[in-house]
Amino acid sequence: MDRPFALLAELTYACPLHCPYCSNPLALDEYRDELTTEEWQRVLAEAAELGVLQLHLSGGEPLQRHDIVELVQCANQLGMYTNLITSGLGFSTRRAEQLRDAGLDHVQVSVQADEQALSDRIAGTTSFERKLVVARLVKKLGWPLTLNVVLHRLNIDRIGGILDMADDLGADRIELANTQYYGWAGPNRAELLPSRDQLERAQSVVRASRERLGDRMEIIYVIPDYYSRYPKPCMDGWARRQLTVAPNGDALPCPVAQDLVRGLELPRASVREHALEWIWAESPLFTRFRGDEWMPDPCRSCERRGIDFGGCRCQAFALTGDAARTDPVCHLSADHELVAAAVAAANDSTRPPGALIPRPHPRSLATAVGVGA
Amino acid sequence: MPSTRPMARIDDTARPRLAPHVRMRFDAARGQHALLSPETVWVVNDTGAAIVELCDGRRTVAEIQADLQSRYAHVADGDVHRFLADLVTKHGMEVHRG
Repeated sequence: MDRPFALLAELTYACPLHCPYCSNPLALDEYRDELTTEEWQRVLAEAAELGVLQLHLSGGEPLQRHDIVELVQCANQLGMYTNLITSGLGFSTRRAEQLRDAGLDHVQVSVQADEQALSDRIAGTTSFERKLVVARLVKKLGWPLTLNVVLHRLNIDRIGGILDMADDLGADRIELANTQYYGWAGPNRAELLPSRDQLERAQSVVRASRERLGDRMEIIYVIPDYYSRYPKPCMDGWARRQLTVAPNGDALPCPVAQDLVRGLELPRASVREHALEWIWAESPLFTRFRGDEWMPDPCRSCERRGIDFGGCRCQAFALTGDAARTDPVCHLSADHELVAAAVAAANDSTRPPGALIPRPHPRSLATAVGVGA
Repeated sequence: MPSTRPMARIDDTARPRLAPHVRMRFDAARGQHALLSPETVWVVNDTGAAIVELCDGRRTVAEIQADLQSRYAHVADGDVHRFLADLVTKHGMEVHRG
């Protein structure tokens, strides 16, 4: 069995943004009972012991936690590479300096578009100008800057402008990742999935930009798996390289596995009840899809089973109700029609636009962690 | 669409150093060195770690190769160049010229 390299710590699901593509679970209220500072410190120590080298601090908005500096400091002392994934809201100069002094290695700032009106509309709150200030502050304090942009039908045509903006800000890396349909993105799929024409235009812009900017900026572009022949190698295999701990202490093999855990009726793997080492090595949840014993056909006899691992268990569950089926994205899947129909709808130019459901602000959560709404 | 770009060329006079978002540490749980960056962990062997330790932005590639060859009999001409070219291509290493 491999040891995990990375831990995604979802510190809180409280977030000032309302992005309709958010991958947080729909049942946000079930994660209100957040781990304390001491509990997180214990989890980090156990993770380091288990072999975790990288810590991604995310959420929600991780800066909504008042103890973020302490947690960075703890991870840094354990030798971990620490990566803050933030909307930028709450990243004041003072907080930033404290984080730098605590040893934070890297900052990823999300942006929703390259201009204020669209960015703020997608985020559901005034945030664009603040994000630009934060991006410049990250550079000014000596960190390398990564911009994270989730792409979808409403902003993918702006990809050229987004890349120019990243270059103007001096970004060292930009991650342009097409939306994956988990959490709040699931019910918003019809309004988010881009057309084939949109994707082809975006890819040619990325290709040209890599030639122009490739020496000074790393451009990472993730295509939407709905348009792929084969599924993505999700998590590089179930419980193989990384793990997630949700705000309430639930450990997950994948950041979006909350619904799957409920659906499979497996016992929760909570860091409040078990050591991380037991969870990783022995818990029913983490061992359920490890390796390839669980695979049905066509995966079981497929020569790609060691490449894509049968695709995404959460997507199989979300689309078919059975987490052990082949990912319907694969053209060999018996359920592929589910994906093909969504793609056909996204390419139907006569379809009228619908409405997006914003990811709500969990006001009750904000109160629980002691921040203003 | 592959995210890699054409393999970088590494001259003898180039002065390499780790990219600002990358750092190396010894991974005690697995008994090997690792290069850490925001999304990736690159496992490096002892020779690779010795190369990275010499990449300070001042030494040239030729100097690093000479140093390595004085310590490790198995390091052939071109090994250091190939190792660095791979890391530069993956944005893990920067080279300064002249």
